[in-house]
Amino acid sequence: MKPNTQQLNDLAIQVRRDILRMVHAVNSGHPGGSLGCTEFMVALYQAIMDRKEGFDMDGINEDIFFLSNGHISPVFYSVLARSGYFPVSELATFRKLDSRLQGHPTTHEGLPGIRMASGSLGQGLSVAVGAAQTKKLNGDKHLVYSLHGDGELQEGQNWEAIMYASAYKVDNLIATIDVNGKQIDGPTDEVLNMGSIGAKFLAFGWDVVEIQLGNNIEAIIAGMLEAKARTGKGRPVCVLLHTEMGNGVDYMMHTHAWHGKAPNDEQLAKAMEQNQITLGDY
Amino acid sequence: MKKYTNTGNKDTRSGFGAGLTELGQKNENVVALCADLIGSLKMDDFKKNHPERFFQVGIAEANMIGMAAGMTIGGKIPFTGTFANFSTGRVYDQIRQSVAYSGKNVKICASHAGLTLGEDGATHQILEDIGLMKMLPGMTVINTCDYNQTKAATLAIADHDGPVYLRFGRPSVPNFTPENGTFEIGKAVMLNEGTDVTIIATGHLVWEALEAAEALEAKGISAEVINIHTIKPLDEEAILKSVAKTGCVVTAEEHNILGGLGESVARTLALNNPAPQEFVAVNDSFGESGTPDQLMEKYKLNDTAIVEAAEKVIKRK
Repeated sequence: MKPNTQQLNDLAIQVRRDILRMVHAVNSGHPGGSLGCTEFMVALYQAIMDRKEGFDMDGINEDIFFLSNGHISPVFYSVLARSGYFPVSELATFRKLDSRLQGHPTTHEGLPGIRMASGSLGQGLSVAVGAAQTKKLNGDKHLVYSLHGDGELQEGQNWEAIMYASAYKVDNLIATIDVNGKQIDGPTDEVLNMGSIGAKFLAFGWDVVEIQLGNNIEAIIAGMLEAKARTGKGRPVCVLLHTEMGNGVDYMMHTHAWHGKAPNDEQLAKAMEQNQITLGDY
Repeated sequence: MKKYTNTGNKDTRSGFGAGLTELGQKNENVVALCADLIGSLKMDDFKKNHPERFFQVGIAEANMIGMAAGMTIGGKIPFTGTFANFSTGRVYDQIRQSVAYSGKNVKICASHAGLTLGEDGATHQILEDIGLMKMLPGMTVINTCDYNQTKAATLAIADHDGPVYLRFGRPSVPNFTPENGTFEIGKAVMLNEGTDVTIIATGHLVWEALEAAEALEAKGISAEVINIHTIKPLDEEAILKSVAKTGCVVTAEEHNILGGLGESVARTLALNNPAPQEFVAVNDSFGESGTPDQLMEKYKLNDTAIVEAAEKVIKRK
C-alpha cells in the first residue's frame, strides 16, 4: 500500500535531516539542491515509481531512475536507504574513505539502487534514453525516469539527447528538470540565460508538464501522474519541477550560497530545530 | 623464416562489418549505434538485417556513447561505430564516466585510426587514441592487423563482459592471418621465431614487421615477430619471454610515440628486465594530408623504418 501524504511529508522531513547531518559530518557535499529535490525524490520512490523488491542492475519489469545531477547525492542516498536499498546506518559513511556512498553516485562500489555514475554533468539524459530504448526492445512496458538540474542543461550533450528522443519517439521516458534557477556562480539567468526551458523542449518535440509547487508532495504526485499519463503517445515527456533550493531550512533558501557548502555546528542545530525527527535519525 | 601469404588486400573495417553481421545472427542482445557513418564503418548489413537493433544517432557522438551505456541496462551489448577520433577524444568524459567508471558492457568500435586515413588530414587522423583508452581503468584496448583478425576480434569482444575499445582502419592492407581464426583477448600471437631482436607490432604495422623480418633475414639477422593485438591487458609474459631470448626490442605502431604500445612495452621491460628498445611510431606530432603510403613513408612507419630500428637496437645490446 502506498503511503499517504502525511507519511510522505514525515519521510521528507527525515530525509532533510539525513541530508544536513551527512554533509555536516564531512563538512562537504551539496545540501542546497538536495533539499530542493527532497519532496520530489520521496514522492518518486514512494508514490510514483513501480519498483521491484531488492535491486538488480538490469531493472527489467520495473521503473528505473537515473540521477544526472549527481552532486545532489545526499538526497538520493537518503531516499534509497529509506526505500530499503541499503541500511540507513550506512548514510554515516557518506564521503568517507572506503564508503559505497561516494561524493557523487557510482556503480563502482556496488551500492544498490545506483545504475550509473554521475557527477560530470550533462550525461544522464543520454543514458536514460538508451535505457528507455532497451526497455522497448525487451518489450518492457515500464518507464525510465531521470532528474537533471536546470543549470545542467547548459551542457550540449543534453540537446543531442533531447533531439534524439523526440526524433525516435522515445515516449517511455519522463525527464524531470529541477528548475530552481540557481547554479554555483549565481542565478542561471545571469550565468548563462537559457530563456524559456519549456519552450525549448516543446520546440524540440517533447511534451512538457509543469509542476509549479515543486516542494509540495501532493502537487508533485499530481504532476507526475499527469506526466505518466502522457507517456506512450509518441513524445518523450519533460517535467519542469519548480523548486526552492535549500527548501525546509530558512537560511538556505532564496540563495545559491548553499549549493556546495555544509552547515557548521550552530547552523546544523538551527536546521535540526526546523526539521524535528519523524522516523528516527540514522 | 615462416612465410606469410597475403590472400588479397582488404580493409580492416570490412572485417568489423563482417563480424558485426555475424554477431547480428548469433547474438540477439547485440545492438549497434552509429553516428552518421554507416557506410564508412561497414554497418550496412547489420542495419539491413536487424533494423530494430540498429540506432542511427546522427552527428552526436556524446549522446551515442551515453545511450550505449544506458542500453546495457536491460542486457543489451551495444557496439558503437564512428571514426577513431570521434570515438575517443571527442567523447572522452562520456566514456570515462558513463562507460568505464560505470563498468558498462559497451564496445567502442573505431575506424579510420591513424595516418592511413589519408587525405582528410590531421583533424581526422587520431594518433593519441590508444593512450587515451588504455589509461582508463577496466578498459580493454585492441588494435587489429588485418581483415580476418578484425572480424575475429569483433566476434570475441561480444563474449567479453566489460568495456572494449576496438581500433581498426580505412585502407586495404594485406590479409594474412587465418580465416575464421580464434581471437584470444590479451594473448600475443607469435608470428615468427627469431633470436637476434624482438619486433612487437600492432595494427597495420604487423605486416610491415613481417616484411622487415624477411629483409633482416637476408642480412643475416634473425628477428622474432610478435603481433600484439591487445594493448591492454598486455601479454607481458610473451614479451618478457621473447626479450629474455633476444635481448632487445623494436615496437611498431601507427600511433604517437607517447602513450602507445611502445610505452606499455617499455614499462613492462623497465619493471622486469630492462633492455634496449627502439620505437617505430609518430614522434609526437600531428599528421597531414597525403596518401596512406606517402604518409607511412614520411612518418617512418613502414618495413624500412623497422629494419633500421632493428639494426640500431641490436648495436645497443
